[in-house]
Amino acid sequence: MTSTRNATLFALALLAPALLYIIGIVAYPLVDTINLSFTNAALKKTYEFVGWANYEKIFKNNFNDVIVRTFVWTFFSVSIKMIVGTFGAVLLNAAVPGRALFRILTMPPWVVPMAIGIFMWGWMYNGQFGMISGLLQNFHIVDGPIAWLAYGNTAFWATIVTDVWIGVPLVTIYLLAAMQSIPRDLYEAAWTDGAGRFYRFRRITFPMIIPALVTMSLLSLIATFNSFDIIWILTRGGPSGSTTTMIIDTYKTAIGSYKYGEGAARAVMICIFLSLFCLAYFRVVGKINTGEKA
Amino acid sequence: MTDQPLNIAAEKTAHPADDLAVVPAVKKPAKAVRAMIDRYTWYEYVAIYAGIFVFLFFVLAPFIEGFMVSLKPLSRLFSTPYSFWPEQGSLTAYFTMWQSVPGFWRYILNSLGLSTVITVVVLIMVVPAAYAFARFPFKGRGIMLAGFLAVNMFSGAVLLIPLYRLMRSLGFLNTYFAMIVPGVAFLIPSAIWLLRTYMMRIPRELDEAAWVDGASRLYTLRRVILPIAMPGISVVAITTFIGAYAQQFIFALTFNSKTEFMPLPIGLFAYFGRQEVVWNELMAASFVGISPVLILIVFLQRYLVAGLTAGAVKT
Repeated sequence: MTSTRNATLFALALLAPALLYIIGIVAYPLVDTINLSFTNAALKKTYEFVGWANYEKIFKNNFNDVIVRTFVWTFFSVSIKMIVGTFGAVLLNAAVPGRALFRILTMPPWVVPMAIGIFMWGWMYNGQFGMISGLLQNFHIVDGPIAWLAYGNTAFWATIVTDVWIGVPLVTIYLLAAMQSIPRDLYEAAWTDGAGRFYRFRRITFPMIIPALVTMSLLSLIATFNSFDIIWILTRGGPSGSTTTMIIDTYKTAIGSYKYGEGAARAVMICIFLSLFCLAYFRVVGKINTGEKA
Repeated sequence: MTDQPLNIAAEKTAHPADDLAVVPAVKKPAKAVRAMIDRYTWYEYVAIYAGIFVFLFFVLAPFIEGFMVSLKPLSRLFSTPYSFWPEQGSLTAYFTMWQSVPGFWRYILNSLGLSTVITVVVLIMVVPAAYAFARFPFKGRGIMLAGFLAVNMFSGAVLLIPLYRLMRSLGFLNTYFAMIVPGVAFLIPSAIWLLRTYMMRIPRELDEAAWVDGASRLYTLRRVILPIAMPGISVVAITTFIGAYAQQFIFALTFNSKTEFMPLPIGLFAYFGRQEVVWNELMAASFVGISPVLILIVFLQRYLVAGLTAGAVKT
């Protein structure tokens, strides 16, 4: 095409609607969050600048615990997602009859309205009538009903399991796609040399999907860190704060108690962590690909 | 040139998904070795199917349980000991729920309507943007693309406070706009991503031929690129729609309190909080509510996989 300047202008014109929209609905609120975090904004119309007071306040309260809890929650959720997802992808990659159907059956948690899937989990966790407690009693593994969401410890794990459930289809399908892009010749060569199935997995499949695993772990980390719906629907951060992650904490402060300034300070902390993860993601993905190219 | 590595990165991440989309399990004539690699002994078959059973049971358990609950009469539902199979099961709940969940139609229509509007708005912005990213090597392209991606990293929940204030000052609180406007923003990035990858595969020669023939750039986009990109645009439309349908929660929960505007998940959530929950009917209602997507995945599975894995950048 002829003039590059013209082309650039045209491209920018094409981009403008999307760009302006994102600036208005995402970038501006992001700046506004930072701004608000230094004020005592609340329900009333006016507010003033209060410096670092909000930050001092949240760290004097229990925010450190919330941060630690969020990281523990996220760590277990992401790790289990990766393990279950790899397991699922290996199984769905096996050339057995019916695998096309099995792949379809993997997808519902992902495409169904998230909240509705979580309602169903809520019922499953019910102590008296839910499936998990019920089946465990029927098989005499436990003696009495267990109300999974009623105790801090079990609620913590129950929310992780549901988060894993939501994330597993994506991880599985993504890793499956990575496995299917491995050249068949590698397997054929290995097979000819007498390599067994497990050996082939360990020496070919696994090393070849490591880039996909790393990419997916980071994406999953970001998504899990942001996870709101699951905890809010199942426990609302309870019992007694045992499932209160940073995002739930922010929501409770800002929307529940109308402390916008303090909530914004918490949101800023979340943004800082997210930016770090985001940087790591771009770094790692960039490195993986330049490494592949060389 | 600093933005170059990022672009390559982008290419590669989306790659496995594309393969799956373009080559829908084409069966090549089996060579001897291939056939033998894929031959399993009987105990391997048993192990694989047992593994798949466990895996799928985990994935589908809530739906199975939900379906069983929807079949159980209320009296059996709250009885111990627990029984997995519905005794005296019936589909009654599927008929009575229309009275017990008043406005259920309204919720479903709201959900479908919101998702449709969101999808249309997203497409209007994304089609030109994706074309710009796919074709024009303008300055700062890599940075901008990365910027769009970064949007995905911040969920609506983090930005809720300023968004709430923004919706309030625009007068959007308790209207459909309060759910549409922020909903659109968080679906734009992955849609751009997906469509850009698709458009980059359209041969550049087509644009150039149109250019030589004296067509303007806009005309080329409208008359040459758009028709060819239609399949890609449809995939983006479907995935955006599903994304919009699946993620109706936090904005609707926070920005709208009017029953008549509630989408299905929030409408049901309001019921789940009550004491005298009619669980079998609510489960039945949930099933009716998710059936549109369940039907979609059966028919459009292949496209969904492509779309959603490319959108993996999102999630």
